[in-house]
Amino acid sequence: MGELDRLAMYTQMVRIRQYESRIMQEYHADKSPAWDIGAGLIPGEMHLAAGQEPAAVGVCAHLKKGDAITAPHRPHHFALAHGVDMNKMTAEIYGRTGGLCKGKGGHMHLFDPENHFSCSGIIAQGLPVACGQALAFQRKGTDNVAIAVTGEGAANQGAFHESLNLAAVWDLPVIFVIEDNDWAISVPKDASTAGASNADRAAGYGMPGVRVEDNDVEAMYEAAGAAIDRARAGDGPSLIEIHTLRLFGHFEGDAQAYRPELATVNERDPIPKYAATLQELGELTDDQIASIQADADAEVDAAIEFAKASPEPAPEDALLHVFA
Amino acid sequence: MSTTTETRRITTAKAMAEGIGLEMQRDPNVFVMGEDVGAYGGIFGSTTDLFGEFGADRVIDTPISETGFIGAGIGAAVEGLRPVVELMFVDFYGVCMDQISNHMAKIHYESGGNVKVPMVLMTATGGGYSDAAQHSQCLWGTFAHLPGMKVVVPSNPYDAKGLMISAIQDDNPVMYMFHKGGQGLVWMEKNPRSIGEVPEESYTVPIGKAAIAKEGSDVTIVTLSLSVQHSLDVAEELEAEGISVEVVDLRSLVPLDKETVLESVGKTGRVLVVDEDYKSFGLTGEIAAIIAETDPGLLKKPFSRLAVPDVPIPYARPMEYGILPTRDKIKAAVKDLMA
Repeated sequence: MGELDRLAMYTQMVRIRQYESRIMQEYHADKSPAWDIGAGLIPGEMHLAAGQEPAAVGVCAHLKKGDAITAPHRPHHFALAHGVDMNKMTAEIYGRTGGLCKGKGGHMHLFDPENHFSCSGIIAQGLPVACGQALAFQRKGTDNVAIAVTGEGAANQGAFHESLNLAAVWDLPVIFVIEDNDWAISVPKDASTAGASNADRAAGYGMPGVRVEDNDVEAMYEAAGAAIDRARAGDGPSLIEIHTLRLFGHFEGDAQAYRPELATVNERDPIPKYAATLQELGELTDDQIASIQADADAEVDAAIEFAKASPEPAPEDALLHVFA
Repeated sequence: MSTTTETRRITTAKAMAEGIGLEMQRDPNVFVMGEDVGAYGGIFGSTTDLFGEFGADRVIDTPISETGFIGAGIGAAVEGLRPVVELMFVDFYGVCMDQISNHMAKIHYESGGNVKVPMVLMTATGGGYSDAAQHSQCLWGTFAHLPGMKVVVPSNPYDAKGLMISAIQDDNPVMYMFHKGGQGLVWMEKNPRSIGEVPEESYTVPIGKAAIAKEGSDVTIVTLSLSVQHSLDVAEELEAEGISVEVVDLRSLVPLDKETVLESVGKTGRVLVVDEDYKSFGLTGEIAAIIAETDPGLLKKPFSRLAVPDVPIPYARPMEYGILPTRDKIKAAVKDLMA
């Protein structure tokens, strides 16, 4: 495990939050007065990960070149924390030719082979693919690992259980990361899942299972470090469930009327909490907070400008890339 | 002791396995995984002897977990390996179709061409031995309908080997759909055409090129897989009755060799499409559409088709043979076209 760099983790969380906040603004900016999901510069569903930054940042702080991530429908935080190019990612979200996928994927289908990053919009179905990436790393004799990310709602899918079993029976270097944000769209975890912690399910497959409480980025960092070290050493898969926070709706446009604890979400925001922790430790000044925010603002604004300047695809481009 | 070299004849199953084995020798990135592909050699013989030659590291028995191991094949392919994965019966597609359709077949497109999935998914198809509704389907039309995967349907040992080698070398996902009844298995009734001459060396059969399995001038039968064998049997019988039948073996559905179909139909003016898949919304209708879009005037007689009449495959022999495209039905359909 490398050395804990609190300032770097804080900076990364702020960067992701600024991204999600600006995408939210941009997404809604041209959808009024009549809100139409298919209208505007960013059409389609939009699942933002504000509040879930600790999950991505705590894991990705340990990753190196060649390590893989499969993310679910809510992928931006893991993409950015794993080094996916913000400009190309943003251009993809805007459906432009300069995007990661030339406008074919959109925000739920981001593919960056250089960083071994991919998404699947079908929950839990990215996990078997991560097992295959891990199988390839194992067969090639590298110490790379695959991170398979999913939400707590996906932990009731067959693909989730098949992947845990396959990874365990073949000792694959996979780390299953479950982001428990309490809500499977509108259904609370206790109404969908037998057992309070998905970490307990790991025992059924003979792998370590850890539950990280309080959306704590440093606890996530510790848990991920141990799991990743174990996988790199050839000792097989692990599972980490982090109790995180969905600060926004399931998707943009979700009024969240089903959510009784909505009034207190801002109190539970992990970023001001972590800033306070670092200030108590004397590792973060007010000036640093301001400059980190300013850098994030500038980077995100530049990415949005890049996206808007990138040409739209031609209709006939739809016919390209079915086959290699 | 004889000094002459006899031409070697092997089964379709053995030919498939030989194609895989040659590619495994050539390319260390090729490996096999699936249920019972190891010491057993594949339930339908598709991996015969590979376990002995390459060992458990490259011929991997999986859990009964199709979503898990097909997804693992996709992930391995994305990372540059060339997995050959077996789905034991195509009928099991229901437990893994998300991996096949939403992942294997879409990743290249979704990624704007940046991520390749060079994977073969081989699977057993077809009925005729009373395995009933959940173990006897062909379903190739279903896979051919969904964009992003090539669909290969060999009918004989020579093509089985050459198409397998092409499939493994292809940078795209390939569904390799073989018919159980065409494998030449000792434990299932087989057409003699399931054993044939196959060179020992490596060779390819191009994916997307149909074959004229038999030339003829009166009627074109467009068909695939085991129905090619039945159609050739019928064509030989009808030859004696003075009807000259041309048999087009499609060999792949994606890509579909429209030119060869249209050329043959243009020559004979009469076409029968024989398909062991379900009738409606499938291959037979597709061929009719291609002819109609190109030139309905190609046909001297109305289009004719023979397929499973939109019922699940029944168990009892009289009923199953009642709905399969058997030789007698093919023969009757050709005679109708000549009437």
